[in-house]
Amino acid sequence: MRAVALTMKHELIGLAGVVERNVYLTRRYFYWDLAFFLWTVANTLTVVFIAEGFEATGGEIDVDRATTTLLIGAVVWAYLGIIFEFLTETVAWERWEGTIEYTFMAPLSRAMHLGGSGVFAVLYGLVRAILLFVVVALFFGLTMPDANFAAALAILVVASISFFGIGMMTSVLPLISPEKGAQLGFIAQGMLLVVSGVYYPVSVLPQWMEWLSTISPATYALRGIRASVLDGAGVAWADLWPLLVIGAVSIPLGLWVFNRGEVYAKRHGKLKRSG
Amino acid sequence: MTEIQFEATTAVPAVPQAAVAVDRLRKDFRRRDPKGGRFARRRVPALDGVTFTIARGECVAILGQNGSGKSTLVRLLSTLLLGDGGEARVFGHDVFAEQKAVQRLVNRVSVDASFFKKMSSAENLHYAARFYGMTPSETREAIPRILTKVGFPAERRGEPMENLSRGMQQKVALARALLTSPVLLLLDEPTTGLDPRSKLEVQSFIREVRATHDATILLCTHDLVEAEALAERIGILDRGRLLALEPAGDLKERYGAETLEEAFFAATGRTFEDEADEDDEDDREVYA
Repeated sequence: MRAVALTMKHELIGLAGVVERNVYLTRRYFYWDLAFFLWTVANTLTVVFIAEGFEATGGEIDVDRATTTLLIGAVVWAYLGIIFEFLTETVAWERWEGTIEYTFMAPLSRAMHLGGSGVFAVLYGLVRAILLFVVVALFFGLTMPDANFAAALAILVVASISFFGIGMMTSVLPLISPEKGAQLGFIAQGMLLVVSGVYYPVSVLPQWMEWLSTISPATYALRGIRASVLDGAGVAWADLWPLLVIGAVSIPLGLWVFNRGEVYAKRHGKLKRSG
Repeated sequence: MTEIQFEATTAVPAVPQAAVAVDRLRKDFRRRDPKGGRFARRRVPALDGVTFTIARGECVAILGQNGSGKSTLVRLLSTLLLGDGGEARVFGHDVFAEQKAVQRLVNRVSVDASFFKKMSSAENLHYAARFYGMTPSETREAIPRILTKVGFPAERRGEPMENLSRGMQQKVALARALLTSPVLLLLDEPTTGLDPRSKLEVQSFIREVRATHDATILLCTHDLVEAEALAERIGILDRGRLLALEPAGDLKERYGAETLEEAFFAATGRTFEDEADEDDEDDREVYA
């Protein structure tokens, strides 16, 4: 019993160590992160301006509502990007620095190792998503008198469990392909969001894509957040239970996929930087 | 040296037994076969039936050229590779089946002092120590002490690693390995590329560790002088095969050689300088 408690203590210290390392790195690369944030703001503006552009070219539209709808899509896109980026960097960055062998030979379970990256990614991503939302909302002078921001935040946090599980699957890619694996994470991000109604209702999708949207956690996250921000809705059970189910499946699946990738890398000598 | 202790969940058995027991260990890599067409692959042995033991507290040096299989051996023992045959045990624990147990007992210093270059030495050590369950209060006390011990100037521990010389970085790498109190220390060319002074400092520290710390050391090197100075027994690894493992004097006697270099030449039929001519590019990469 004592040995189990001691092992658990070591595991949690290891998880905290990954968070601590990411804090150090974020501090060291603060100005780069700031520049990347400005890029994200610019990118978000190009999407959100579409609502005003539509009206300016003669379309009839509730501009504030359409702008907010697009903004939520862009913020979730950026948030998902951060989660996937941090998880993919768990391997990619360490490979680049050459520290990966030291990390992989340490007595820490992969669940806690990746969990540390996931915890930091969620915290960092949430702060960044809130900042992005506020900056762009202020830019457009959006008023959201009915918004239930607490519910929106709660949905995003619950959805993060699934995002983390899927992110674990993509984070193994740099182990298999050191050169191109990290970029493949962007493909997963794009595929996930295109079927989830990132800037449009899923009802406009072809039937087969609409079916895929039912197994994407982003579908429920976007739908729930929009209902909370636009209509003041609380956390709907109809959005919550699919997120919990997908989360419960995706985390062990993500871990299994990563472990398979690690075994492959150890079998074929892919942990070595030049391998 | 003051030993830094932390609670370990893997016990080192009290019963005397081999610290390292390797039996017919084999590792192959698949590489493109230029003669077999675009997708053809061939299996190239990096380690070919290697057998040896190291007693607890012993220091064994493995000599071999670049590409002889030294690093593959170290990676197998540190759970970074999976073997293709044979067995390897560290203090009785199977390195492939009981990876966590082995990882708690082992640490390693390699030729590349790999760190997060923007982070300081102290930050890198904090990060590494957490993976072995060391708490912030333990590392706050232990890191300055161990850095001082390896001859790293205390006032520089906040500097980013990228500002440090290669010798300084290697000292931090030694500190990283010793911080977790490993009972098996794997040193993979720890002094390669260092200037003579840094090399002597690192070697002197390894001697100190041996004298004061309950550590078994496997030193892989192609520095004959270093091997003779630090190790009790010396092994010759050539193209994945362990040709001999004996005290330096016995090795010289067996091959009728005056020097270790001559013994190496007699055992392998080659000198260290020959290595570039021996294998094609693919093969040398495999054995690394």
